[in-house]
Amino acid sequence: MSTCDACLRRTALVALLAPHVERGRRDRRRLSEMLALPDERLIEALGADRSAAIRRAHEAFDPALARERLGGASMHAVCRHDPRYPPRLLEADDAPAVLHVAGDLERLAVLADRDVPAVAVVGARHASAEGIEVARSLGRGLAAAGVTVVSGMALGIDAAAHAGALEVGGPTITVLAGGADVAYPASKRSLHRELVRTQAAISEMPPSFRPFRWCFPARNRTIAGLASMTVVVEATERSGSLITAELAQDLGRAVGAVPGPVAASRCAGTNALLRDGALVIRHAQDALDEALGIGVATAMTGRRPAELAPPLRALLRRIEDGRDTIASLAATPDEAQRAIAALSELELLGFVRRGPGGHYVRLP
Amino acid sequence: MLANVTTFTLDGLSSRRITVEVDLRRGLPAFTIVGRGDAAVRESRERVQTALLNAGFQFPQRRITVNLAPAHLRKVGPGFDLATACGVLVASEQLPARGLEHWAVFGELGLGGELRHCRGVLTVAEGARSAGIAGLIVPRECAREAALVDDLEVAGVASLPEVAAILRGQPPPQLPPPAERAGQRAAAPDLADVRGHSEAIRALTIAAAGSHNLLLSGPPGTGKTMLARRAISVLPPLTREEAIAVTRIHSVTGRHVGEGLVEQRPFRAPHHTISPSGLVGGGTLPAPGEASLAHHGILFLDELSEFSRPALESLRQPLEDGIVAIVRGQRTVTFPTRFQLLASTNPCPCGHAGEQRCRCTEADIARHRRKLSGPLLDRMDLLVHMPRPTPEALDEDGGTSSESVLAAVLDARGRQVRRLAGTGLRSNAELTPQLVRRLVDADAGAHATLRDAYARGTLSPRGHGRILRVARTIADLDGSARVRAEDVRLALHFRRETVLDRGALAA
Repeated sequence: MSTCDACLRRTALVALLAPHVERGRRDRRRLSEMLALPDERLIEALGADRSAAIRRAHEAFDPALARERLGGASMHAVCRHDPRYPPRLLEADDAPAVLHVAGDLERLAVLADRDVPAVAVVGARHASAEGIEVARSLGRGLAAAGVTVVSGMALGIDAAAHAGALEVGGPTITVLAGGADVAYPASKRSLHRELVRTQAAISEMPPSFRPFRWCFPARNRTIAGLASMTVVVEATERSGSLITAELAQDLGRAVGAVPGPVAASRCAGTNALLRDGALVIRHAQDALDEALGIGVATAMTGRRPAELAPPLRALLRRIEDGRDTIASLAATPDEAQRAIAALSELELLGFVRRGPGGHYVRLP
Repeated sequence: MLANVTTFTLDGLSSRRITVEVDLRRGLPAFTIVGRGDAAVRESRERVQTALLNAGFQFPQRRITVNLAPAHLRKVGPGFDLATACGVLVASEQLPARGLEHWAVFGELGLGGELRHCRGVLTVAEGARSAGIAGLIVPRECAREAALVDDLEVAGVASLPEVAAILRGQPPPQLPPPAERAGQRAAAPDLADVRGHSEAIRALTIAAAGSHNLLLSGPPGTGKTMLARRAISVLPPLTREEAIAVTRIHSVTGRHVGEGLVEQRPFRAPHHTISPSGLVGGGTLPAPGEASLAHHGILFLDELSEFSRPALESLRQPLEDGIVAIVRGQRTVTFPTRFQLLASTNPCPCGHAGEQRCRCTEADIARHRRKLSGPLLDRMDLLVHMPRPTPEALDEDGGTSSESVLAAVLDARGRQVRRLAGTGLRSNAELTPQLVRRLVDADAGAHATLRDAYARGTLSPRGHGRILRVARTIADLDGSARVRAEDVRLALHFRRETVLDRGALAA
């Protein structure tokens, strides 16, 4: 038995009330307080003039039909009374009643032990090339050391963290705002397919549910609840990722942030977190030291040789100094050809990556 | 009395022999032209009548019937004026008939009896020669163009009385001297005007050396168009054969009148609102489009993503086959389209992808990419991003002159011509997959590098062949007989879509 009838009813009720939650939020009620209300009070709080109709629909709810739908979508579900429900998430009062899982249910096992760490890597959708690379390398480094990477599959940082973890074969778990079987955003279809095939996508909402605005901060509470530590890579001052960090803090979990240039607005949120005492995360090793204890696991550095030939080292330094396009590194076409050759080698060795606009990005 | 005059009408890029029959007989004065002529042919009556009178001839007060044979062919243009006038003069016995056994005539008349230039004179002259006609009388301005055809006597005349003199048996006047064109080549803008962009200049050199297609991407105002306009200055001069092919097309479309041979490679930059038929040719009477006007030259598509999908799709056949076939009812007209494609694009809707000031979302960029991607992108051999030049680069003088690049290009082309001797091809870009296997000699390192790239999935099978062709050109520029690993690596660098790189954008 993986889900009890009561929890399924609860999930169905939240889905039923979903269109009305936005109005409830306008009453300045906190989302997590609202989601922690018992069924009857929730209907009263949100249903407004449609309360009666919603109550009728709620009473007519058929758990068998809901289970059938899950089966039809080849999905699984665990409710909070199931031993497989991630215990860390239960610590939150407003934890989802049911987690719907697209992918193998066994993969939730990585979250089954309260003492086995999992790290959430979240951040801006509109991220810089450097930010994307940091997220990717965090995902790669954490997953390679066996630490589960939790994120939300959003454009930018989230997707990069998942992709990094997938590069080394996981583990990584994505938490979606809509149904776990729906790729949101749609442009991440292939990433979603890969995550469902080899990892797991989870959501508190029923299959094929289309998310409302409030579902995203609600999803963030699940991410924060699942992870033992939350790392934010690039966030503006009003970023949704800061909500995740705040929720993690409320649960007493570690919060880290990747430092960025002080003048960059895309890093204002993360830099503010650092000022308020968040852990400084420069690379996967910093996150591993915090999650597992110092020196327990070593983040892999890839195929990089220990010693780099002096010309390549000099080139690397110039890229770090901001001369990151071939045109800015070479004055003549002949020099350009030599620079291309050297950069190809650096790229092959994993030191740089050619990013959008022909800018070379120094890999962390 | 009946007179027969030989002239020609244009049909695509060839011409058809037309016999203009003029009959004079008693009756109420009338002037009728039959034989499927267009408006210009119908109006020709007024021009012929007035021109004859103003040139001092008689216009017979008879019933005049003009027939353009063969009757089934549609006839266009004012080129029949001169033939009709000559027919009237001979039929009314103002001129002897024997002159018309030797000469064909082609030209438009002005009201004063002067001859105006006409489009398609080269094509007409070629038609006259293949029809076995000894001489052709054309307007004086077009005489040098007609004289490009060997074994044809050409008379360039300015007015009707001069035509009459020739038909009476006097020797035709000397051909006008060739116009001064020495300055033409020097007037083309020079690569030395370009500051910075060393990478793009190298890519342009490779493209010019092997006739490869090149896509430039970069923020607005960075110099994409400026660079593209200088591409002509680093291309080898046209061979005579190529020049005649170019002249034929430009003459038929009326873009080149009275200048003899076109000596500079064409550079065509159609606006992005162009229709498919404007690009590849079309119309009820098929006319060549921009792709044919760029034959043996450069077709530059500025802001590639702004072109309509149908217009871009229509370029597939011309790009692949070097020829475009336009089918109209029962007839098919073909135009040559062996052009080199240059295109430019913004990397994203705002144009600043990769810079901090870019405000486009990943989805915006993906959408922009989709507009570009597909068949056309796959046919681009070289992709180069042109970032904003650094401030230092703007202060410096442009270091690379067209002259030095052209020297390297000519050198590399020489190697290609020697290698391709006997295949009928002239550049690496034209190599077929079979010829790549037979003629491109790559060493073990080059093959290993290619295999590696293919295994990583960054290369399509079509791309595989393209890389070898570009690598061959890079080795030619370097003077190397074999393709080496470094040549392949450079080719791979220019093949990868920087801006459009899925891997670089999404995770």
